[in-house]
Amino acid sequence: MAGEERRVKIQIKAVKKEYRGDHGTTVALNGVDLDIMENEFVCVVGPSGCGKSTLLNILAGLHEASSGECCLDGEAIHGTDVKRGVVFQQYALFPWQTVLQNVMFGPQMKRLPKAECMEIARKYIRMVGLEDFEGSFPKELSGGMKQRVAIARAYANDPEVLLMDEPFGALDAQTRAQLQTELLKTWEEEKKTCFFITHDVDEAVLLAQRVVIMSARPGRIKRIVDIDIPYPRDQATKSDARFMELKAQIWNEVYQEYLEVRK
Amino acid sequence: MSSETKIRKRAAISDKVWLLISLLVALAVWYLLSIGEKTGRGFPFAPEVLKGLATMVERKALWGDFVSSMISVVMGFGLGFLTALPMAFLMAWYAPVRKIIEPWINFVRNIPALAYSPLVVIILGIGRTPSVVLIWICTFMTMCITIYHGIRNIDNTLVKAARVLGANDVDIFFRITLPATMPFILTAVRLGLSAALTTLLAAESTGARAGLGMRIRTLSTTFESNAMLGYIIIIGIIGTLLNIFVDFIERRLTSWQEKREG
Repeated sequence: MAGEERRVKIQIKAVKKEYRGDHGTTVALNGVDLDIMENEFVCVVGPSGCGKSTLLNILAGLHEASSGECCLDGEAIHGTDVKRGVVFQQYALFPWQTVLQNVMFGPQMKRLPKAECMEIARKYIRMVGLEDFEGSFPKELSGGMKQRVAIARAYANDPEVLLMDEPFGALDAQTRAQLQTELLKTWEEEKKTCFFITHDVDEAVLLAQRVVIMSARPGRIKRIVDIDIPYPRDQATKSDARFMELKAQIWNEVYQEYLEVRK
Repeated sequence: MSSETKIRKRAAISDKVWLLISLLVALAVWYLLSIGEKTGRGFPFAPEVLKGLATMVERKALWGDFVSSMISVVMGFGLGFLTALPMAFLMAWYAPVRKIIEPWINFVRNIPALAYSPLVVIILGIGRTPSVVLIWICTFMTMCITIYHGIRNIDNTLVKAARVLGANDVDIFFRITLPATMPFILTAVRLGLSAALTTLLAAESTGARAGLGMRIRTLSTTFESNAMLGYIIIIGIIGTLLNIFVDFIERRLTSWQEKREG
């Protein structure tokens, strides 16, 4: 990363999150500290129940931390903001709107003139290669296409940070590989700070500059691994010796955590 | 594309054929009932029924009955819809409203309208008003519960997605909640219209001067089963036509929905 700007974009400071339920209090996150640099690509891996989605929801402003705080550019995060775009695993497209209308939604919320909204939307629909489908409804699209629309929709708001919650988790292996490659390309062209959650270690090592391994009960950061594989990366990177070494290392740690949870 | 259209067309034709077969079976059963010694008294065959209805036209009753019932149904249903919609939202958004009202809607919903129609007459006197109020009560309960469940079933991820894209509460109501609830609102309309028709007899047992339900009762006292059966069939036809109308609106408004069957 020599020569590149290293400014802290997101600060996560001593974040704790508790849920009060019928069976007492569950601690989802405890003492999570993490700094994410501007334009950095960070992947978070960990067994289910380690609170990685909770952390993303706090960063998105959809949940509030019980204690501690998260900051964007030094300002505490309270509530949602268009600076922080989110891509959900379940696509979350509005089924009553066409592809174009879905992607236009963000610009429309900024009360931009309609022509401008359409222009912005078309730009990002082209970016994800769906220009022939702008009049289609979500039900007419495959899972991969739906997620492309969701990514275009997030980009159309020109967020500073992209928060992605297992965006490719529901896709088949080939589609996933394709979307990973596309995401890498987009990120290299139009650098944004990416906070990407996945349970797929391959995916994490392929995409990220740093992989954050979380442990469960309560969710904490166990280790952070620097992925010192140069960009541009693509699917061929997966047969790289360094890739396999890092992947084996991280996979082992995640598996240990998984066994820990099963106990 | 063309083969797909062909398949769809073939399916449409066979659906129509099925409808025809179903109609013929019904006519056959009706005919068999009409020639039975006892069942024939209750089920005179089509020509008799038409003759009965013709008599009602001669007595200048049929058209007036139809119009009168339709006015009650439209007014009662309209009031039911206009009150059920906001109440459903209040119930979905505010727990106290829900907790106080929902059990009573469920309680009253199971009581036949005929049972409490005399109470409504005692309060409101006879005439159109109690008929409308009874239909209002019944349609309100059905639609309120249906719409309320629809609002509660909205996929919360969609609301979250809208929020992170910068939508405020008003945007979310008009651009997410309302369209997401639309299929349930249309189901509620369907059930509400059906409830309005099934309440017709109870609603017109309140001293109405005309009406399909009222006429069925008076014809029963004179055992004019041919005209009576005609009136019953007319109510059925009205229900079917209203259903087709709702189908039409549904296709226009909620064609975006994922269908379970192909």
